[in-house]
Amino acid sequence: MSHVVSSTTKTGAPPERKIALLDATAGVLVKHMPAISAAVGLVVLWQFVVWFFKIPTFMAPSPVDVAYAFQDNAKILWTNMLPTILEAFLGFVFGNLVAILLAIWFVHSSTAEKAFYPIAVFIKAIPIIALAPILVLIFGNGLAPKIIIAGLICFFPTLVNMVQGLKSASPAMLDLMRVLSASNTEILWKVRLPSSMPFLFAALKIAATSSVMGAIVAEWIGSSFGLGALIIEATYNFRSPLLYATVVIAAVLAVVLFFIVSVIEARMIRWKPAGSH
Amino acid sequence: MAMLGTAKLMPNVPQTEPAATAVSIRNLSVRFGDRNNEFTALSDVSVDIPEGAFVTMLGPSGCGKSTLLRCVADLVHISDGSISVFGRSPQEARESRDFAFVFQDATLLPWRNVLDNVRLPLEVGKHAQTGDHADPHELLAMVGLKGRENALPHELSGGMRQRVAIARALITRPRILLMDEPFGALDEITRDRLNEELLRVWQETGTTILFVTHSIPEAAFLGQNVLMLQAHPGRVKEFMKVDLPFPRSLAVRDTVEFIGVTAHLRRLLEECL
Ligand SMILES: Nc1ncnc2c1ncn2[C@@H]1O[C@H](COP(=O)(O)OP(=O)(O)OP(=O)(O)O)[C@@H](O)[C@H]1O
Ligand SMILES: [Mg+2]
Repeated sequence: MSHVVSSTTKTGAPPERKIALLDATAGVLVKHMPAISAAVGLVVLWQFVVWFFKIPTFMAPSPVDVAYAFQDNAKILWTNMLPTILEAFLGFVFGNLVAILLAIWFVHSSTAEKAFYPIAVFIKAIPIIALAPILVLIFGNGLAPKIIIAGLICFFPTLVNMVQGLKSASPAMLDLMRVLSASNTEILWKVRLPSSMPFLFAALKIAATSSVMGAIVAEWIGSSFGLGALIIEATYNFRSPLLYATVVIAAVLAVVLFFIVSVIEARMIRWKPAGSH
Repeated sequence: MAMLGTAKLMPNVPQTEPAATAVSIRNLSVRFGDRNNEFTALSDVSVDIPEGAFVTMLGPSGCGKSTLLRCVADLVHISDGSISVFGRSPQEARESRDFAFVFQDATLLPWRNVLDNVRLPLEVGKHAQTGDHADPHELLAMVGLKGRENALPHELSGGMRQRVAIARALITRPRILLMDEPFGALDEITRDRLNEELLRVWQETGTTILFVTHSIPEAAFLGQNVLMLQAHPGRVKEFMKVDLPFPRSLAVRDTVEFIGVTAHLRRLLEECL
């Protein structure tokens, strides 16, 4: 019933607001016109090349084939997308959370930094794809190994950026806080964390896209669900249109996550760093 | 610039002996570096700053002016000698908010608006909530920033940012203001105006001010006394009184007496090199 209620409120919206919304949409369209035309042009070119060189569908499907694949496999795509979203999201949250907490610890204890930073670098050096089978052996075939891999992929860039961000507070600001007899906790909340935000968001934007990649790669190893599993299955069965449709969905997923992080960033960071005058 | 009633800005100074000592520096030495590579920034500095005085500090670059100021503010470790601020150690004075520090650049927190920057000292430290303080709106009006309470630092000019920093320093009604080249990065006109405002604040509040500068006219115009430091190693060259009457206006700089003072300071400074 809920969608009925929402649809009535939509039609009940005052006309000026609708027009404003239309204006805004038109504005966005105009602003991104070059990008939109380029994208449409490339898709048309792709269709033309496939048609002109008579490329067989299993080798490279045309955009029209892919569009039909979306329609025919809507249910499969949908049911496999959900676990991937969940894994990418949870991996994103946990990977970044651990990285942020670790960075805060490093900044307050140089012993901790000396002890664990090299280990973090070592973990980073392990190829993620080589780690996946190990995690599957330990945690089985459920969501856990996928979340861990998505989290691990997010972890390192955020750790590095966050440590740098927390240390980016200018010496003068720290002097100021010392003159005010601020405690370490107060310095963390009032100076270090706010000044680390631009660094954190730079990392979160990387993490947003790579967490999706991490989840998909993890699903390649003996998984029976998720976009990653679907990619493997479609490949082995020469269902190229489905494969392409899956890849498009994975990309859209990553872009949406990136977009969400960007919007939050724009809302949170309205200030400019002190040096940028 | 809006003028302001004096009553609310008066610090809680017990008005007993008029010429008490605000800062007493005894045989102060500061050395940086380790044993093999030691550098003496200050050597055997002794000086008494009377309460309510406006003392400007001059000296060649690198002679240790900032270091001396930072010692008083408990930002630099003292190697030898002692400093007492109203009879207490710099650390105790810092913890009880006896002084405020104004840095060369405003060091505002860029994510806080003007009002929240001015209020920062009330939010941190042991004495955050206790103790009376000045009204931030009143202070902003005093430094001519009424109506800009919600602006972010990057939306202000350099001079405006520095005025916010001064308002922030005054919010706790400090008994001592330590200022390290606060107007060094500003153009001359802004600097002149802020000089006049600072003198007015000083006369209204009775705060003791220790003010580092590179400018001889600024040192002579602002200071009741000029503390001249000399380099290698940093030590006191002279602690001299400026014989110009208060209140001073910018026009005083065109008088023969003023020019005499600056000429004398310039000679002293040249001897330091
Ligand atoms: N933290 C430090 N470690 C090592 N040496 C230092 C430190 N701080 C200052 N010094 C040295 O102490 C000397 C005095 O420095 P200080 O900043 O007090 O000079 P200053 O008189 O303020 O100079 P300026 O007029 O250029 O600001 C300089 O030679 C400087 O190199
Ligand atoms: Mg200096």
